[in-house]
Amino acid sequence: MARALAVEEPLGEGRPRWRTTTLGRLVRKRLAMLCLAIIAVIYLAGILAPWVAPYAYDDQDLDNTYAGSSWSHPLGTDELGRDMLSRVIWAAQTTVIISAAVILTGGLALGVGLGLLAGYAGGKVDDFIMRVADAFFALPDILLLLLIATTVRDRVDDLFTGQIANWPVLGPIVDAGGSDYFLVFGVLAFFGWVGIARVIRSQVLSLRESEHVLAARAMGASLWRVLGQHLLPNVTNLIVVSITFSLGAVAGTEIMLTWLGIGVQPPHPSFGAMIFNGSGLSALRNHPNLLLVPATVVGLLLFAFNLLGDALTDVLSPRRR
Amino acid sequence: MPGILPYIVRRLLWAPFVLLAVTLATFALGRFGPGDPIEVLQGQYNNPEVVERIREERGLDDPFFNQYGRYMWDALHGELGTSSTYLGVAVEDIIFEKMWVTVQYNLLALIIIFAVGLPAGIWAALRQGSWQDPFTISFLLLFRSLPVLVTIPILQYIFAIKLGWLPSSGWVERDILGLKLGIFDKRIIMPLLVLSLPGIAAVARLMRAQTLEVLDQDFVRTARAKGLKEFVVVSRHVARNALLPMTTIVGFALVGLLGGSLFVETLFGIPGIGRFVWEAVGNRDYDVLMAVTLITAAAFIVANLVTDIAYGFIDPRVRLGGRGGG
Repeated sequence: MARALAVEEPLGEGRPRWRTTTLGRLVRKRLAMLCLAIIAVIYLAGILAPWVAPYAYDDQDLDNTYAGSSWSHPLGTDELGRDMLSRVIWAAQTTVIISAAVILTGGLALGVGLGLLAGYAGGKVDDFIMRVADAFFALPDILLLLLIATTVRDRVDDLFTGQIANWPVLGPIVDAGGSDYFLVFGVLAFFGWVGIARVIRSQVLSLRESEHVLAARAMGASLWRVLGQHLLPNVTNLIVVSITFSLGAVAGTEIMLTWLGIGVQPPHPSFGAMIFNGSGLSALRNHPNLLLVPATVVGLLLFAFNLLGDALTDVLSPRRR
Repeated sequence: MPGILPYIVRRLLWAPFVLLAVTLATFALGRFGPGDPIEVLQGQYNNPEVVERIREERGLDDPFFNQYGRYMWDALHGELGTSSTYLGVAVEDIIFEKMWVTVQYNLLALIIIFAVGLPAGIWAALRQGSWQDPFTISFLLLFRSLPVLVTIPILQYIFAIKLGWLPSSGWVERDILGLKLGIFDKRIIMPLLVLSLPGIAAVARLMRAQTLEVLDQDFVRTARAKGLKEFVVVSRHVARNALLPMTTIVGFALVGLLGGSLFVETLFGIPGIGRFVWEAVGNRDYDVLMAVTLITAAAFIVANLVTDIAYGFIDPRVRLGGRGGG
């Protein structure tokens, strides 16, 4: 459009300079770039775990338990002589798998979808969706998690081992503990949509009244066209920020779920399982690195996500400076 | 403000339905889940006949909605059922004692959060542009991003094992003016740290943003131009205006604290409501779970409502879901 108008453009200002674009402003924040690097390293290590990790996560060496750091085991070994570095890398993989699944379904599909719909449709649809969201808010979520932990777990296990285990492609995944992953992901997605939906809805509520939406509707654009073409692009900033924060939150909640007993079960490593393993008083007294290694990595990851989210908020919302 | 009264009424009308849905879900999860309170109670070598007899006495074999209806009817009359772990004790007799434990140290944490967070936020805002502001805010963010399950063992490692300053857990009550208080014992320091550090971070960040917004206003420049002392400008003109929106988050802050109590109490051995619930889940103590769900959900709904209404009063620009036009 802008080019078609062909207004005489002052030299050099036709296109925004790269440094002033959103991405450019983000790149100039050194702290944000550092955070991005930390996240990238941990996530890449997780994705490439089969190739990067020096040992398998369940490789035991019972002659060499509770070892300190050495050339063969840079971060030492745990109570079964398993290499801590490898376990941290595999735990990162668990985090990546679960985060990706939760963000795609609970965050993007459910959260953004319902938020857009509630904000734009208004009336009864909005009331209904938001009251369901209220109910989720009204539930003490830890309590519900506890109940799910004790009640639903066995059913899901039965379903997976009884039926899906015989399917051609999914069978091996189930053998590898897929039902645990599914349960954790399901619970997180189930709870994860509320926050994003609320944020998106409140933004859409005001966008709905704006002139370009009115114009689109006057031209007879369908509901999906208005949502997809006119509202969604205007909330992408919000989506990017909320997803950055939720990626951190998912990693944090996994720890909580594992503690409550809904998490990924041993021998599969996850940050929650490793921290839980290292936080008993006798482990703390005698082998503190069982706690400190996973706690440091997960702490760095969560801190990086939060700092990055902050930087993104600064860069993306024009109201602040 | 027009429109606020219908809004309140509408929200209040919804509240019972939300409560109903929440309790129904909890009740169903408890009843349809595996495990059985009587079997847990009688142990591994139970006598099936005895188990059956007790189940019948307590009406645990009745149809689901009969049980649910009976429970809700009693609850409306102030009877929250009997605990199956604490044999035959009425839930309302234990639950408030446990809640008192939880509430006292949570209130203290709430006070600490605001007492430290608000000045920290103003301090950071006044140093915008220097290194101190981003440093403080990032440092506080660290505590906000760490889950309690990570901070608790690390604090225990540092203070109890490495330094040996504090006991790793415990709860000692003292009789002060007829009240049983456990917050005057050094064992409460670590739980308070765990609970208040993330809260301080949140409050300080919010307060910083509010202060920055007020600092830009004309009346602040006027106050400075009048030659008022900087302290007077900050305390009377800036802080007072920035504080107003902060009042709305008090309710949420307390509710958020209570959510973390489960981990804090279990890991620090505090006999409050969080640990009580944790035990109740293990023992399938349905009535206790229902009572806690009911009370907590009601508290959440009230906090939600109060917050929304407070927002409306303090900032009339917030449209309380008004349906103009669309």
